[in-house]
Amino acid sequence: MITYAGRADRSRRISSALMTSLTALCTLLAVGALFIILAYIAVQGIGSLNLQFLIDSPRPVGEGGGIGNAILGSLVLLGISSAFGLPIGICVGVYLSEVGKGRLASIVRFIVDTLTGIPSIVTGVFVYAILVLPMKHFSAFAGGVALALIMVPIVARTTEEMLKLVPHSLREGALALGAPQWRVTLGVILPAAASGIATGAMLAIARVSGETAPLLFTAFGSRFFPTSLNEPIASLTVQIYNYALSPYDEWHALAWAATLVLMTLILGINIIVRVLTRRKF
Amino acid sequence: MQLKSMPVQTMAPRVEVPERRDTRVPSETPSTQPKVSVRDLDFFYGRTQALHAISVDIPERVVMAFIGPSGCGKSTFLRTLNRMNDVIPATRLSGKVMIDGHDIYAPGTDVVALRRKVGMVFQKSNPFPKSIFENVAYGLRINRITSSKSELAGRVEQALQDAALWNEVKDRLKTSALSLSGGQQQRLCIARALAIRPEILLMDEPASALDPIATSKIEELIFDLKKQYTIVIVTHNMQQAARVSDTTAFFLLGKLIEVNATEKMFTAPNEKLTEDYITGRFG
Repeated sequence: MITYAGRADRSRRISSALMTSLTALCTLLAVGALFIILAYIAVQGIGSLNLQFLIDSPRPVGEGGGIGNAILGSLVLLGISSAFGLPIGICVGVYLSEVGKGRLASIVRFIVDTLTGIPSIVTGVFVYAILVLPMKHFSAFAGGVALALIMVPIVARTTEEMLKLVPHSLREGALALGAPQWRVTLGVILPAAASGIATGAMLAIARVSGETAPLLFTAFGSRFFPTSLNEPIASLTVQIYNYALSPYDEWHALAWAATLVLMTLILGINIIVRVLTRRKF
Repeated sequence: MQLKSMPVQTMAPRVEVPERRDTRVPSETPSTQPKVSVRDLDFFYGRTQALHAISVDIPERVVMAFIGPSGCGKSTFLRTLNRMNDVIPATRLSGKVMIDGHDIYAPGTDVVALRRKVGMVFQKSNPFPKSIFENVAYGLRINRITSSKSELAGRVEQALQDAALWNEVKDRLKTSALSLSGGQQQRLCIARALAIRPEILLMDEPASALDPIATSKIEELIFDLKKQYTIVIVTHNMQQAARVSDTTAFFLLGKLIEVNATEKMFTAPNEKLTEDYITGRFG
């Protein structure tokens, strides 16, 4: 009796130890890979990083040059895409959570989910066909629209989820005071979900700030500082792509440094998201 | 407390249930017309019938308590009185709910105006994530009741005083309503409902989540409020019904079993089922 219990006990302890080490190993692999990527980029990029690099525009091989125009271009593109993508995405989310009922809403939700899964290069080709071809030239505007199209479904779904987290009792409380539906949504529900929606928005911005493919056919890239939204514009990702594809070692080093800047930018956005969400609790 | 000193003649006469016999024709003179008059009300959630042929009159400026076991339909019935069930999909209703002689389910009824007249306090306090002041001001703002800032501030103060909360919050009106304690939040929700000066106040187990001290504050409040308002309160707590109400209605399985003066209800009910419930034989 006692030996039997002892044996069962030991095999339980062994399998427990095995499974614990297995999960630890998997975690180590995943986190380790991420850490190696970050460390490698930092080591490769830090050498070419200086103030000149951050504010200058690209120059021919051998003359140095920087990514100032690409940083500015990326920010402009993010600005355009946020101006279109965030309001539209939030409106779709409000529709899905508060307004739409029944069949139409589930069709819309299905379409939004499908849009989330569309490869970003397809979005780029689409915008090329509907904006770049008619306008007959690449533009910052077209790039912003392509990124906005990627943002809309992400923002829409996070907004919907955040609005659904607002307790139903708040809606009833406002309705019971004689508030019409639209005032309940605008005055009570949206403010209550504001920090969650802001988180979703920031995550969407972080996501599109790393996109390259949709920009290749839309914003195209440029060697100069932007002067108009109606002309091609540089972006960090496309600049990295161009530098990395070149045959020159010097430009490869610049690509690493630009990558480091991009990673820092995305990390910064993610940290802001964390701070925003923490404030709620 | 001398809560039971109210005159007994304000109480509604007993309604015959479940027979659909209408014993009283609503009178034309407003003095005797009940504030709320319900006739043959059936209510369905999808295919499930939640209320069966409810007929009851609620006189003006009394407190009527709804008691009964969980799921008996008392909350559902309460929510038909300000059409709060409209929010729930796939619900259906037949019969008549008259408030001041008007059928509130007649086509063309202004639900917003109805809910302004029939305020509601919920079981779980549900202050908006706004400041204390903005919570009370919300109903005034959306209904455009006040025309100046000072008038708005005055109405907010009055409502907070009526809800016996003013002294506790007057120095921190700008702070978040969520910083208040549970009992204070519930009184804030009462203040919010009172601010638009409804004529009827529906309370769905307003004290069920509160400690005894907060509960007694709410009960005192109800006692004060009935001078101005017609109050309908759903409660699980029979002592509470006995303490605060003039009339009590007993619901069971979606039927209204008995309506009687509260004193009579708790001492010598007419129905055997009521007696069994009150004495704790079931439910």
